[in-house]
Amino acid sequence: MSDVLELTAAQAIERISKGELGSDEYFDAYAEAAAGDELGAYLWKASPGASNGATGELNGAPIAIKDIFCTAGIATTAGSRILEGYRPPYTATAVRRLMEAGAQVLGKTNMDEFAMGSSNENSGYGPVRNPWDPERVPGGSSGGSAAVVAARLAPWAIGTDTGGSIRQPASLCGVVGLKPTYGAISRYGMIAFASSLDQCGPLTRDVTDAALLLRVMEGRDPCDSTSVGIDGGVELPSRTDLTGLRFGVPRELASEAEGIEDGVREVFERNVALIRELGAEVDECELPHSAHGISAYYVLAPAEASANLARYDGVRYGLREGAPHDAESALVAMYEHTRAAGFGPEVKRRIMLGTYALSSGYYDAYYGRAQRVRTKIAEDFATAFGRFDYLVTPTSPTVAFELGSRAENPLAMYMADYCTVPMPLAGLPAISIPSGLAEPEGGGPELPVGLQLVSPAFGESGLLDAAHAIEGAIGFDATPAGVAG
Amino acid sequence: MIDRDQVLHVARLARLELTEAELDKMAGELSGILDHVERMNELDLDGVEPTTHVVQLENVLRADTPRPSWPREKILEPAPDPDEGAFRVPSPQA
Repeated sequence: MSDVLELTAAQAIERISKGELGSDEYFDAYAEAAAGDELGAYLWKASPGASNGATGELNGAPIAIKDIFCTAGIATTAGSRILEGYRPPYTATAVRRLMEAGAQVLGKTNMDEFAMGSSNENSGYGPVRNPWDPERVPGGSSGGSAAVVAARLAPWAIGTDTGGSIRQPASLCGVVGLKPTYGAISRYGMIAFASSLDQCGPLTRDVTDAALLLRVMEGRDPCDSTSVGIDGGVELPSRTDLTGLRFGVPRELASEAEGIEDGVREVFERNVALIRELGAEVDECELPHSAHGISAYYVLAPAEASANLARYDGVRYGLREGAPHDAESALVAMYEHTRAAGFGPEVKRRIMLGTYALSSGYYDAYYGRAQRVRTKIAEDFATAFGRFDYLVTPTSPTVAFELGSRAENPLAMYMADYCTVPMPLAGLPAISIPSGLAEPEGGGPELPVGLQLVSPAFGESGLLDAAHAIEGAIGFDATPAGVAG
Repeated sequence: MIDRDQVLHVARLARLELTEAELDKMAGELSGILDHVERMNELDLDGVEPTTHVVQLENVLRADTPRPSWPREKILEPAPDPDEGAFRVPSPQA
């Protein structure tokens, strides 16, 4: 394996600046690695030699893009058969900003259909395998983006997070994943799942690379009126200790988290001890309503999805299925057939759940109630941040689980987001960093565990700085078998 | 709980054709999820304001300046059945 693949993106960019590495050579090293993808992680890949000599802050660095971002002229499917072959007329703002800074699209990564899932098994184009163990899931929905970074098939990637879709796969694949504050990065051209929650963010080898991508992508965009950017921009992290900082450990999302594995708990306890050793004050705290996060989320997100996915009707783009001639309305029959043929089971389930929750007579009992729980969850965080600078939790209650093990039980799959769902409900930024290895329940080779740090809204620079100090102290250097360290 | 007839009703609202097998399976799965969701009923939420949006934004305005929109051909390019500069659809009546 070429040693170029062992560099973080920031290191490679620096070498290119110094003339020690050619940007085409860097691009080709990854284009060749991506060509050998055996994980099912890419849906589209650039060819070696396709580098266009891009210049700018990112020096032509290749980047993997979750297939939920529109890329002009490149097929964009959001993991759905209903968008098979769709070529968007425009490019998402987040991707355009990366390209303007000199990044080049290396490939489009596989994902759970319309970002609905926590295992990548809901993709219409087959599952992604976890580079640490091909019989296990990479997490989801940004499973392809997490897998390519972990397997050195891309230096870095972007994904989207609605209820944990960046952080959970980052945790299961042993990479860094950042969900920025809602509004930090434009959602224009990012295929909508749940518009009040969706946010773009980086999946990277280390915290510095995540900061670099956030710095390029954040900012106000006239095409997304909810984007506000990060006041004062993003500073690259440099902290090596945590002196003077206060960390809270919300017990509902840590020791009492539903379904937490012993191995994950042990790694988390070691991480908390390390945070103390780095000079921080650590104390337990409460987020009393966070245990209801999953309930609120699985009303709000499907409700918004049921509205957003109404656009896939076989009229303007994507799949159209013919209707039988004896239908009462050929138009309605065409809609129903197209959607039945184009959507997978999980997407249908969520459209049904959301339509039900919004239907007359149930709106207040489900949607209205979930919006009030959302308020309480946000208030809990506000109270906690009166005492603490950051909160820490395990990112996922479990390490990567086996393919197929939760596929028949939607609720068990939803619980994978237990620790990550409250933050997007409150709009807060959160990062997952690799924090150790643990044996899965039932035994087997050790797998990555992630540590999640949460900060107040738009506190990304501080959050990245704190994560940088912890990352340095943990010194996580394990890699999947067959991948050089 | 949600029964088979309700599932059928919701599927019609959502313009989703479900097979007989899907209808039965969906009724069971949605009921299980709704049982979990209904744990929210344990909470006293009287007087709590609903959150619709986490960033406090009001009336995001821009200058009302004309600018070109996407050319018609470009937008029709990915359409399944473009015809005479429009999206053709089957008849709503037949």
